[in-house]
Amino acid sequence: MSRQATITHTNTANRGIGADVTRPDGIPKVQGSFAFSSDLWADDFLWGHTLRSPHASARIVSIDIGPALATTGVHAVLTAEDVPGQLNFGLEHGDQPVLAANQVRYVGEPVALVAADHPDIARRAAEAIVVYYEVTEPLTDSEAAPQAAPIHPDGNVIRQLNIRHGNINATGEVTVEGTYEVGMQDQAFMGPESGMALPDEDGGVELFVSTQWLHVDRSQIAACLGIAEAQVRITLAGVGGAFGAREDLSLQLHLCLLALYTQKPIKMVYSRDESFLGHVHRHPAKMWYRHHATRQGRLVKVEARIVLDGGAYASSSGAVIANAACFAVGPYKVGSAHIEGLAVRTNNPPCGAMRGFGAVQTCFAHESQMDKLAVALEMDPIELRLLNALAPGDRLITGQQITGTFPVAEVIRQCAEAPTPELAPTQDHRNLPGGSGRTTEATDTARGEGFAVGFKNLMFSEGFDDFSSAACRLADGVATITCACAEVGQGFVTLAQQIARTELGIDEVILAPAQTATIGSAGSTSASRQTWMSGGAVQAACNKVRSLILADISAKWGVHLDGLVLRDGLICTLDGQQQASLAELTANRAYEADVVYRHAPTEALDENGQGNAHVSFACAAHKVIADVDPDLGLVRIRHITTAQDVGRILNPTQAVGQIEGGTAQGVGLALMEEIVLDNGLVRNASFTDYVIPTTLDMPDVTIAAFIEEPEPGAPYGAKGIGEPPTISSSAAVAAAVRAATGLDLPRIPIRPADIALS
Amino acid sequence: MNRVVLPLSLQEALSTLTADPDATVLAGGTDLMVEINRGMRRPTSVLALAKVPELRRWEITPNRIHIGAGVTYTEIMTTEIAQAAPALAQAARTVGSPPIRNAGTLGGNLGTASPAGDTLPVLATLNATILLQSANGQRQLQLDEFMVGVKRTCLEPGELIIATELDRTNGGQEYLKIGPRNAMVISMAGVALVADLDTRSVRCAMGSVDAGIPRALKAEAWAAERIDWDNGAAIDPAVAQEFGQRVSTECSPIDDHRSTAAYRRHAIGVLAARALNRVCSPKRNGHV
Ligand SMILES: Cc1cc2nc3c(=O)[nH]c(=O)nc-3n(C[C@H](O)[C@H](O)[C@H](O)COP(=O)(O)OP(=O)(O)OC[C@H]3O[C@@H](n4cnc5c(N)ncnc54)[C@H](O)[C@@H]3O)c2cc1C
Repeated sequence: MSRQATITHTNTANRGIGADVTRPDGIPKVQGSFAFSSDLWADDFLWGHTLRSPHASARIVSIDIGPALATTGVHAVLTAEDVPGQLNFGLEHGDQPVLAANQVRYVGEPVALVAADHPDIARRAAEAIVVYYEVTEPLTDSEAAPQAAPIHPDGNVIRQLNIRHGNINATGEVTVEGTYEVGMQDQAFMGPESGMALPDEDGGVELFVSTQWLHVDRSQIAACLGIAEAQVRITLAGVGGAFGAREDLSLQLHLCLLALYTQKPIKMVYSRDESFLGHVHRHPAKMWYRHHATRQGRLVKVEARIVLDGGAYASSSGAVIANAACFAVGPYKVGSAHIEGLAVRTNNPPCGAMRGFGAVQTCFAHESQMDKLAVALEMDPIELRLLNALAPGDRLITGQQITGTFPVAEVIRQCAEAPTPELAPTQDHRNLPGGSGRTTEATDTARGEGFAVGFKNLMFSEGFDDFSSAACRLADGVATITCACAEVGQGFVTLAQQIARTELGIDEVILAPAQTATIGSAGSTSASRQTWMSGGAVQAACNKVRSLILADISAKWGVHLDGLVLRDGLICTLDGQQQASLAELTANRAYEADVVYRHAPTEALDENGQGNAHVSFACAAHKVIADVDPDLGLVRIRHITTAQDVGRILNPTQAVGQIEGGTAQGVGLALMEEIVLDNGLVRNASFTDYVIPTTLDMPDVTIAAFIEEPEPGAPYGAKGIGEPPTISSSAAVAAAVRAATGLDLPRIPIRPADIALS
Repeated sequence: MNRVVLPLSLQEALSTLTADPDATVLAGGTDLMVEINRGMRRPTSVLALAKVPELRRWEITPNRIHIGAGVTYTEIMTTEIAQAAPALAQAARTVGSPPIRNAGTLGGNLGTASPAGDTLPVLATLNATILLQSANGQRQLQLDEFMVGVKRTCLEPGELIIATELDRTNGGQEYLKIGPRNAMVISMAGVALVADLDTRSVRCAMGSVDAGIPRALKAEAWAAERIDWDNGAAIDPAVAQEFGQRVSTECSPIDDHRSTAAYRRHAIGVLAARALNRVCSPKRNGHV
């Protein structure tokens, strides 16, 4: 293991790579002064509102917009008939109507749009639209979906992916079997969907919106509006958070449709309740597993069947099931595997990207299985994991060899061996199950410890042409970086500046707004990819500028390129004898460069699910101490320890933030976060009833170690760190609750009744 | 919306309400604003009580506690009210988060009249009287007279809740509440329990398990007979256990998205047993 800095450029101001640079939006967000996309304003704008389907499955017999149009203050009421271009959109498949035309397939599906002078007028006008629905029985059981009558012309199977690896008839001396279930989690980001669209004189539209991927929004919007991509100009507006929920279009197209129709600026802001209906969620999963091992504990084969409920439309279900299947066995060496992965269509709300992207669901299953196997083998569960841990040079069940760094054993060891702080018996209800409800005394509790490790891929996979674009301009000693990378809280705003400082030896860096008009695509802020991809693009662009400067000075001074360095705002010879100010050098002439950065290409998976489909991998482990009140089924997590494979830390505070936040999201999934569905109806679309962890649910997190083994090919050796904390945390919490109660608990979230009434 | 009136006295508030009986009464707004934001209520005019001094007062006498409708949860938790009615302070502490407790009022909890309202079971066990006033005069009601159903009260147009009066009791008081997380939750089940040493009685009321706030009258009487009142209200833990089971039969919980009827009933039993154990002292086995 190497903790050596790989960086060779000088970082004089100490605000470069590796420094604790604070986020410019951090304090404003805490103080309430940050301008979110819901704070946009323009002269003479109108408010948009969406009429949504109250039914999970129904035929639209007729829509009468007359009463709504007749309302004073209403400027437009639009339905599917008013969509000028393609009627459908979608990230992977264009299967989702901009507005439902004949059929609604989930509760909340947009049916009509209203623009009015006031949000309340728009809302009431939408209520005045008369829609006759012929309600049909919804298809809500994911396991029944493949055989059921198709609910969409594209059929009910969104993607089937089978992985056959090694000898699928192999058997082990010891087998354990289990069936597991994961509920539907919501991203519950800050700042519900909002934005503003303004018509342009050229027939185009300008859109300010909180999103994750400006350019893919643009291509979908342009196609449905029937105009050229260049006529759609998108600028990123203030984002609260995203976690995958902003990767699909929500209100983007609706805003643009209304703006073009009314030729006025349109603003839309979803309420929190509407937000729950307006974006995709984490796929609920049903999983069957059978593990085969030798008596000594070596994994021989894993069989699994994984069914993900994609809901009514495809979104990114195809890629999510690929991850679920590819990483189905966890970061373990397994000679043979037979995995059936299925993403199906139902009349439940659509599911798509969410932090951890398929690996979260299967991690819960494979880690539950590893604990079961340890019991069957009478083996220490940590030993069992270490014995089977993947390492560089090993192959995944897709046949892909791991060529980069992958310190699974080190992550397991560091996390498992880290001492847990003394947790004294407490009288303070805040540290007991039930918290402020005062339900539980220390004597009512049992303690359990749980452990889990998980991994996933970084960047887009399966042959996707994944790239990012960035430009650097150095003038008057100030660097301006242009990149369309969406800042959704992951930290690119600081990293881009840190990178430029490190590469150019200057301190002042301006990050231009993220826009489609000024630069090419940066790709999505997802898949733990932006530090690598857009960070790589920024680094390459800065490098080019540096090379241009070095070439000029080398010629002018007659010094070899290797004898020159940029630091402290100067260009100088290595001995410092000769130097010039970069500000003066770039006062009359700007140095500029732009680049498109790509990661190493990947391949598609073949019919057996084999192939070099992924770029790089990262893993994390969690150890959880939980106190449980078995009589009431209440849980207080007392402490969490984690270790993570990070490649290299570029900003320590931001790394800690990602790990704590990602862990909290995993705690939420394990214990409370679930969209409750009743025959396709969402029963808890509000923060009153969709609960996320509070400070009394989240304990302190000790980061036992950042395992810094620089990843070859990654800028500065850094791996994405946003997703791994969310993968293993849920599984570790569930394991701790099992340890405390002795119950099977095959489903997350674990509800109080699952413990108390079993 | 036409207008918002911010009266500076109770007199002014009542005359405003008489003139405009449809005005929506606003106290801390922690329920009302949620409903307005959801489009469930569209007030035409608002009567805001924040500056009515009579409603912000409390008074503690030897036997009773008078709490103005505009007294906040934070005040209940942090003033002498907390010593005079410990279970009320415990209930207040379970409500929402600090900002909600700074704004939310006892009158508002009554006005909303939700079976999940955390103070209501406590009021039921402390023999609360709800004071209502209109330009025509005052009414005094028991909680079960005031709250007539889920989110339904017998408030009449032109009438305001002005205060609540509760017993001071000699003996232990408890409020316990379960939610789907450890803070800032709507109750899935709650139990308030008072052991009254002077009257040698037990009073127990339940939240979130019925259309109203039921009292466990039969279980109360059963327990009162089994508590050793002369020995520091001692109780056999097995009796407390059975008390819990008995209490849980005196409610009618339902299945909904927050929980199931079966869990709620079970939880009520556990909470009631624990509450009784806490307000009593343990009796050694065999000692009757
Ligand atoms: C985030 C959050 C968490 C919450 N958590 C809890 C919780 O844990 N437990 C709980 O019980 N509640 C909870 N609530 C609900 C709410 O805080 C309480 O019910 C609170 O007591 C309401 O008081 P208020 O002063 O804000 O009332 P308001 O919202 O101002 O009014 C509520 C209702 O009562 C009427 N009203 C108010 N005062 C009077 C009066 N003097 N005379 C006649 N009518 C009146 C109003 O017209 C309205 O109908 C929560 C609310 C939020 C937003």
